Amino acid sequence: MFGVLLVTLLLTISLVGSNMDIILKQGIVYQVRTEITENTAIAASFSSVEEFEKYVQEQIDKRTKALGLDTPWYSPQRMGFAMYKLLILDFGHATFLTSDSGSSNVSDILLEKIPRTVLLFTTATIIISIIGIFLGALSGSKVGSVTDRITSMFAVISSSFPVWWVGMLMIFLFAFTYQLFPARATPILPSTDPGYIGALLYHMTLPLITIVLIGFGSWAYLVRNFMVGTMQEDFITAKKIIGIDKKKIVYKHALKNAAPPIITILALSLSGSLGGAIITEAVFDWPGMGRLYFEAISVMDLPVIIGATYVLTVLFLISIFVADLLYGYFDPRVKTE
Amino acid sequence: MNDILSSDLIKEFTKNKTGLIGIGILLTLVMISLIAAVTVPIDTFKQWNNPSNWISNPKTSMPIWVNYFVAEKIPEHVIIENPATISKEGEISVTSHQFEVEFLSDDFPNGFIYEFTAEYSGSPLLQIHVVRPDQAKILLLSTSLPNSETKIVHSERIFSTDDTIRKNIQIQSAAMGFYREGIPNEDLIFAGNEEKILKGNYLFLVNLYDVNEHMNIINSKLILGGKVFGIMGTDELRRDIMVGLLWGTPLALFIGIAVAVGSVMMGLIYGVYAAFKGKKTDEGMMRFNDVIYALPALPFLIILAVTISNSIFLIIGFLMIFSWVGVAKVSRSMALQIKTRQYVEASKIMGQKDSRIIFKHIIPQLLPYTFASIAISVPAAITTEAGLSFLGLGDPTFPTWGQILHDANTFGAAARGLWWWIVPPGLMIAITGLAFVFIGNALDTIINPRLKR
Repeated sequence: MFGVLLVTLLLTISLVGSNMDIILKQGIVYQVRTEITENTAIAASFSSVEEFEKYVQEQIDKRTKALGLDTPWYSPQRMGFAMYKLLILDFGHATFLTSDSGSSNVSDILLEKIPRTVLLFTTATIIISIIGIFLGALSGSKVGSVTDRITSMFAVISSSFPVWWVGMLMIFLFAFTYQLFPARATPILPSTDPGYIGALLYHMTLPLITIVLIGFGSWAYLVRNFMVGTMQEDFITAKKIIGIDKKKIVYKHALKNAAPPIITILALSLSGSLGGAIITEAVFDWPGMGRLYFEAISVMDLPVIIGATYVLTVLFLISIFVADLLYGYFDPRVKTE
Repeated sequence: MNDILSSDLIKEFTKNKTGLIGIGILLTLVMISLIAAVTVPIDTFKQWNNPSNWISNPKTSMPIWVNYFVAEKIPEHVIIENPATISKEGEISVTSHQFEVEFLSDDFPNGFIYEFTAEYSGSPLLQIHVVRPDQAKILLLSTSLPNSETKIVHSERIFSTDDTIRKNIQIQSAAMGFYREGIPNEDLIFAGNEEKILKGNYLFLVNLYDVNEHMNIINSKLILGGKVFGIMGTDELRRDIMVGLLWGTPLALFIGIAVAVGSVMMGLIYGVYAAFKGKKTDEGMMRFNDVIYALPALPFLIILAVTISNSIFLIIGFLMIFSWVGVAKVSRSMALQIKTRQYVEASKIMGQKDSRIIFKHIIPQLLPYTFASIAISVPAAITTEAGLSFLGLGDPTFPTWGQILHDANTFGAAARGLWWWIVPPGLMIAITGLAFVFIGNALDTIINPRLKR
């Protein structure tokens, strides 16, 4: 499992590394040149152009060496050092981005963004799964009923709509045509204001509604399909014949038996939700992990990209692990292997 | 797993209602693609990002059919290309072009553009007058064309936003009824009193005076900008959204189908091979599969698009890399079952080549499942590509639906209420996805008959 994490990070570094180095080197050249143009005394102290150019080149080389950029990004020293830093959870400092409070420490930035993403996407995922499980159980127990048909239909239709497009429509409808909710999801109030939480929740409503609206259909459909399978099992038929209350059969016996795959999906989607849908956050301007990721990639801020990838991959792996454990709990048959 | 032959699959499929609806939508989309390929010249598609190609279209105008639903008629886009021409030759020769417009809308036009190409020598004088329904004759512009000793061909566009036109209107405001700062020129020209629209026939007179006779207007065109245009309206850059939508269809189908077929085939062969080889090979291949599975797909796609290239073919390749994993897992477990069947064992004993066993005996058994997963993975590919384009990482040379939405978002279409710019591209994405979801679900219920009840 740890190997997976390292491979992911190595891939990230190898993809971004070279570009990152080029950008940093150009940054140094620019820095040196501006310093010299601002300080005319340096330029005046040279007699010939060659001498001056040599001095500039020396300055650039000195700084490149100081940052360790003289060896390529794939050299064992730099790779090993980067990996070691990651092992002790030191993500270093961001090159360009800063957190809202102005810190450029990657850990600070991540810690600031994660709660917001949890607030929006994890809440949405939980609401989606609750609605989905109940609707799915309901329509799975009465196959062919009106509820079943509507749920299946809704699931199929909603699954082919991109969330971000529905988001645009929702902003268009409820933020501009009927001015019920704000269009941008970031509250204007400072985070110290007592009304901040209220404002945040108010700004959260529109994205939350959108995500839930698009998400719960496919959930209900999945649960329904598992339920349909379970409802045809012999033990359910036996219970029906005995005369146990139908509701009890559905929610207690059938749902418990359909639980293992549902749990797996829940665990995966919870961890997936932490990545924040990058595009959804871009549409609603929600300042979470997804937007951080996008911003970091667009300015090639390697430490932030690596930090965010690290956190996401770790969470993903943990959730796979937890899902495996829970699977064993709900379905003891898989344990014996 | 149930054994279903491909022929049974087709027979069952024709009985499935949603599946047929899906096929119907798909055929319509293919038709649209064909129509796009035939009717829209390939040139416009290449010129999509070239603003000068769209200059004669109006800016952000609604679809033309909106007029059927509103009481107050919105002006249509009018291009007059063949004006009545009167030429007088003498000491001073005059060529006069008359553009007659019947203006009956309830809203002001969206500006006007006079476009001409003239061949002359010397420095002729260009005058534009407008005669309004109330018989007021207003001089809009009087300017001389750039001087030239020899004969030259000169083309120019005169916009209604021209400062000289503004000045002239201001001077003649008494004849026009009303004048106020901050109101666009075209509104003043088409207004009677107090910002009310003056309906009726307008006559635009363009006169070109010259002392020598070697003057010739080759091309003369008056564009009266409308606020409705085309079947789907235009965007901020005056592009006809219909063209974008039409061209987006084959692109989306291509992206979706290429990615789905590619990734499912990759996954299928990978999974079957792992299952067939078994033991260490299987273990190793499945670990690799797990690694790819654990990679965060969208962030990696973004990194790849930013660092390597955003060419559409490479993006298709990247999408394939991230979408074969699930198929590989499922087809491996299916192949594990088939592997133990006697005919596979028999052909192994007979000494047939591995590749032959895989392609002749195992993969045909998995074909129904393959078709279903191809159909199911098309929408994801289309939405992901649209998403990438929406973030501005798509291939700028191809007008995909995601790209149109990206432009809509950057120009704040939602805030400005430009619904015709937001709704149709998204709907097209959704409908295309829907077609494949329908087909996939229909195939799925045939393969897993348990779901049918």
